[in-house]
Amino acid sequence: MNPTREPNWSSIAAMPEFQALLRAKRRFVIPCCVFFTLYYLAFLILVGWHAGLLSKPVLGKVNGAYLFALSQFFMTWIMAYIYMYKANQFDKAAADLLRKAGL
Amino acid sequence: MFLLFVVATLAITFVSARKNTGSSAYFAAGRSITAWQNGLAVAGDYMSAASFLGIAGMIACFGFDGFMYSVGFLVAYLTVLYVVAEPLRNSGKYTMADVLAYRLKPRPVRAMASLNTLCVSLFYMIAQMVGAGVLIQKLMHDIPFMQETMGYNLSVCGVGVMMIIYVVFGGMLATTWVQIIKAILLISGSLFLSILVLRKFDYSFVQFFDAITQIKMTAADGQQVVKNFLDPGMKFKNPWESVSLGAALLFGTAGLPHILIRFYTVPDAKTARSSVVWAMWIIGGFYIMTTFFGFGAAALIGPDVTNPNPNMSAPMLAQLLGGEFFFAFICAVAFATILAVVAGLTISASTSFAHDFYSNVIHHGKEPRPGMEVKVARITAFSIGALSIVLAILLGPKVNVAFLVGLAFAVAASANLPAIIFSVFWKRFNTTGALFGLGGGLVSSLGLILVSPVGMFGKEGAWFPLENPGIVSIPLGFLFAIIGTMLGGREANAEAKFDELSVRSHTGLGAEKASSH
Repeated sequence: MNPTREPNWSSIAAMPEFQALLRAKRRFVIPCCVFFTLYYLAFLILVGWHAGLLSKPVLGKVNGAYLFALSQFFMTWIMAYIYMYKANQFDKAAADLLRKAGL
Repeated sequence: MFLLFVVATLAITFVSARKNTGSSAYFAAGRSITAWQNGLAVAGDYMSAASFLGIAGMIACFGFDGFMYSVGFLVAYLTVLYVVAEPLRNSGKYTMADVLAYRLKPRPVRAMASLNTLCVSLFYMIAQMVGAGVLIQKLMHDIPFMQETMGYNLSVCGVGVMMIIYVVFGGMLATTWVQIIKAILLISGSLFLSILVLRKFDYSFVQFFDAITQIKMTAADGQQVVKNFLDPGMKFKNPWESVSLGAALLFGTAGLPHILIRFYTVPDAKTARSSVVWAMWIIGGFYIMTTFFGFGAAALIGPDVTNPNPNMSAPMLAQLLGGEFFFAFICAVAFATILAVVAGLTISASTSFAHDFYSNVIHHGKEPRPGMEVKVARITAFSIGALSIVLAILLGPKVNVAFLVGLAFAVAASANLPAIIFSVFWKRFNTTGALFGLGGGLVSSLGLILVSPVGMFGKEGAWFPLENPGIVSIPLGFLFAIIGTMLGGREANAEAKFDELSVRSHTGLGAEKASSH
């Protein structure tokens, strides 16, 4: 960090582009967090209170509980990939608005 | 095998010791670590003895319920990725408290955050040391005196001394490389073990899963029964227990100081982000493999044999399938795992003490003399190492390791996470709120554990029915932070600086850069 002058934080914060970036991030991050929390919670609740349902064999001898658990791994990886994709877009927007602010 | 690892890591420590010039180098490895290296290091920090020995043992004895730990440990990384990694990297310097102190009154907040870091690290560390002590004692059971308490004490001392050497001399760079080597060893060891298990079933998943749906074991009443190990409910009789544990895992990981501190070793937020994704691939792959060596141990060795010594399931399986040499290799991997995790914990605790408490609380944010911060960190690492050796010996080999790790996760989730989230995302948040959140979360999670079935009154005297307090203490932590903020009145300075923190954390403007060597 080698600023010749301290950036004017509040004027950047007030830029419409910055506000739009914040809104876009919020619109993306919050639903995603709600989704993975619920998906994981659903797993815990089903296993805890409806174990009988999940004990039924689905694929050969493999039961629903194990498949649901396995699906959590893939859910996590897919969500991570989505985040990477979106975050690169946010990076571009952030770089653009900083350039516009003359930094 | 042991010796090879020890010699190699000491060589790394020696090389990095010569590269360590100044605070940024010692605490953050000069911010020079690349994404895949840091991913491996994060994974290395995370896949502790509890994961490798503990989960394998839990699946071998309790089947599917043990596998639920594997799921929770991985999903938790989404919270790290989506919520904390980038803001933290963009607005901090060395520790989690940097972010909190940004717009709040630095001294009280740092003092409290440092206390939490020390608590979490110490609980986690003692758990690892106890595990190491027991493991080495088991390994060297041929030597007569190792059987007794003496053997356990010696093993704990050995691990403690090794880790003090890494951290005191090598700093973050050596610790990171030790993590990376260990992660590679652990992954290849588990992969090989999984392949050996599958070979027993002619590489057929159908046969493998057939076998684990009908496992013979002796029930509590002495009768021979056949159990389907894929069925849930063998461990968690009370569903709330698994929900509470799940909550602690999901929100605790994002508050673990030794994981958070890793994001300062990379050049920028983008690298921090991709290192989390690297870590998620590695950790996920590893936890999927627990299917094979966990359930494999249940099918091939049988719960009756593993039950008395659940933590030795994975090494026992290695002995059965790969002979003495492979057994020694897996044990060495387990040992390396413990050593590396303990070193990672020590460095996060000592960084926090030196940077937050010594420089910023006592000396008002200025290093009295150049180099003092690093010196204090080294002294702290030494003292914490010594303290945890003493505590691990005092607690003895019988203490429940999962209980200690549960403490660490619960404290991290209930005390650290609310403060981190609110300080980055809530403008009105103030110093009182942070202190209430950090302190209230710490007290409520510790308190609930003390009165739980694994606490001081035992199963009968417990006032709180669950072993893990997460489901109650996490909401309490957030609630305390909100109440504190309301009570504290508006803090003009904190709100004025919110714009700065928000621009910094969302754009990366002004973030600490890599040092140029």
